[in-house]
Amino acid sequence: MALDAAAENLLRELAPQVLGAVIRRCGDFSTAEDAVQEALLAAAVQWPAEGMPGNPRGWLIQVAVRRMTDHLRAEAARRRRETAVMMMAADEVEVPAVDQAPAEEKDDTLILLFMCCHPALTPPSAIALTLRAVGGLTTAEIARAFLVPEATMAQRISRGKQSIKASGVPFGMPTGQEKAQRLAAVLHVLYLIFNEGYTSSSGPGLQRSDLAQEAMRLGRAMHGLLPDDAEVAGLLALMLLTDARRGARTGPDGELIPLAEQDRTLWDREAIAEGVALLTAALAAGSVGPYQLQAAVAALHDEAARAEDTDWPQILALYGLLRRMADNPMVALNHAIATAMVQGPAAGLALLEALDADPRIAGHHRLDAVRAHLLEMAREPQAARAHYRRAAERTTSLPERDYLNLRAARLAGAGERSPR
Amino acid sequence: MKYMLMMNAKRGTGDWGVVKWAPEDLKAHIRFMKKINQDLRESGELVSAEGLAAPAQAKLVRARTDGTPAVTDGPFAEAKEFLAGYWIVDVERPERAYEIAARASAAPGPGGAPLNMAIEVREVMSAPPVEV
Repeated sequence: MALDAAAENLLRELAPQVLGAVIRRCGDFSTAEDAVQEALLAAAVQWPAEGMPGNPRGWLIQVAVRRMTDHLRAEAARRRRETAVMMMAADEVEVPAVDQAPAEEKDDTLILLFMCCHPALTPPSAIALTLRAVGGLTTAEIARAFLVPEATMAQRISRGKQSIKASGVPFGMPTGQEKAQRLAAVLHVLYLIFNEGYTSSSGPGLQRSDLAQEAMRLGRAMHGLLPDDAEVAGLLALMLLTDARRGARTGPDGELIPLAEQDRTLWDREAIAEGVALLTAALAAGSVGPYQLQAAVAALHDEAARAEDTDWPQILALYGLLRRMADNPMVALNHAIATAMVQGPAAGLALLEALDADPRIAGHHRLDAVRAHLLEMAREPQAARAHYRRAAERTTSLPERDYLNLRAARLAGAGERSPR
Repeated sequence: MKYMLMMNAKRGTGDWGVVKWAPEDLKAHIRFMKKINQDLRESGELVSAEGLAAPAQAKLVRARTDGTPAVTDGPFAEAKEFLAGYWIVDVERPERAYEIAARASAAPGPGGAPLNMAIEVREVMSAPPVEV
């Protein structure tokens, strides 16, 4: 017997609250996290057989604390044997009262997110630890999603914990300027998780697309905890507005379908409405940031009934704002596309020339792919074809390579010409 | 990003050069390879690693016109090097894959001298596609 979806959702929602409660009582993050993982696994086995306990949260805390007590006892016994010194008895750990102030619970989930996404961690470790400690996923589930063995993922999680320990971050809420920086790190990790997931559509990708759902679930939880933060809302809106197009992004064989050619009736209207509402409220609040601006671009695409109805001048203006906010060559690339859509391909191609001199993107397949598209727009099929091919040779995404080769093949008959 | 590290070993005068090594050299070589795998597992970078059976056991297979397999027995005299084994690693940047490859390349051979095997490093097509 397996847990039903409602029970599973409840478990995942309780995971960070239970972990927070156990850390508050027993101190050590790393040991507490292992104990909570064991409690979650115990619940997954016992609840379907014995029924859900009356107080699931209390049950999980009790089981986790008991596991922790067992580990500490075993550890103490080991040390007694080794050093013949009485160590602090694990019996001091009390099984807690099951009730806790709701405000503290809320803080715990946030504090955990801040810890797991601490800049001392490498992105892969931060992603894995966030999914386990805050998302309540098992190591095996995370390993499957990233297509690596469970033992490898377990090591990544354990290295993440070591980094947290070494960095000496206390279990507490960062304040002031530090809080803003740490929040940005959390948002970045959630966005990375989302990106890993939303682009996949078939085969093992089915499991990977759960990552997008998980990122949105965590984004939703964060928005619930920090409803007044415009960038948190902006990121959630961006994820919703992007994921809304998932059903139309790929064809039956998993081939990529470009935005302009997607069947827009397949787009998720509900997700679009929710994303737009979130974004509108966030923008009205005043402090505009990059996630809100990217969400605004996604919203303009989503709101166009046909590709030709897209409000490109508005998108161009948004990319102009984004460029001023951050010197990012990918933003510059999108800015060039928007320019081409508004002022014609020649204007876009002229902007790409400046990027050829930028070592961060020169030689990147995206630059060739965009140039190919704009050359195709400019009715230069031979040059377009050469750049599609060059982009296809350089991409490390299989569906993207197929797409680029197909675009090149569609221009067949235009004659051969090697790029530059 | 995932990379496949393909270890190309020089073909010995016989089929499988290592059979001529002194036992202690072979032991040192095996220990070295085991240690690499263990280190990669501990660093959370190992996806898989396999050593391949000797090329004498290799077959070349082509489909006949009716689709049935036409099997040719190895070894294949034209090949100067053969694929002895591979790793698939999941690393943060290409330089790390090169670093692992260099370490594997310097695996000890006869007399403990580094073999300097050629390790072909190829990225696995696993990046998420960008929106087009």
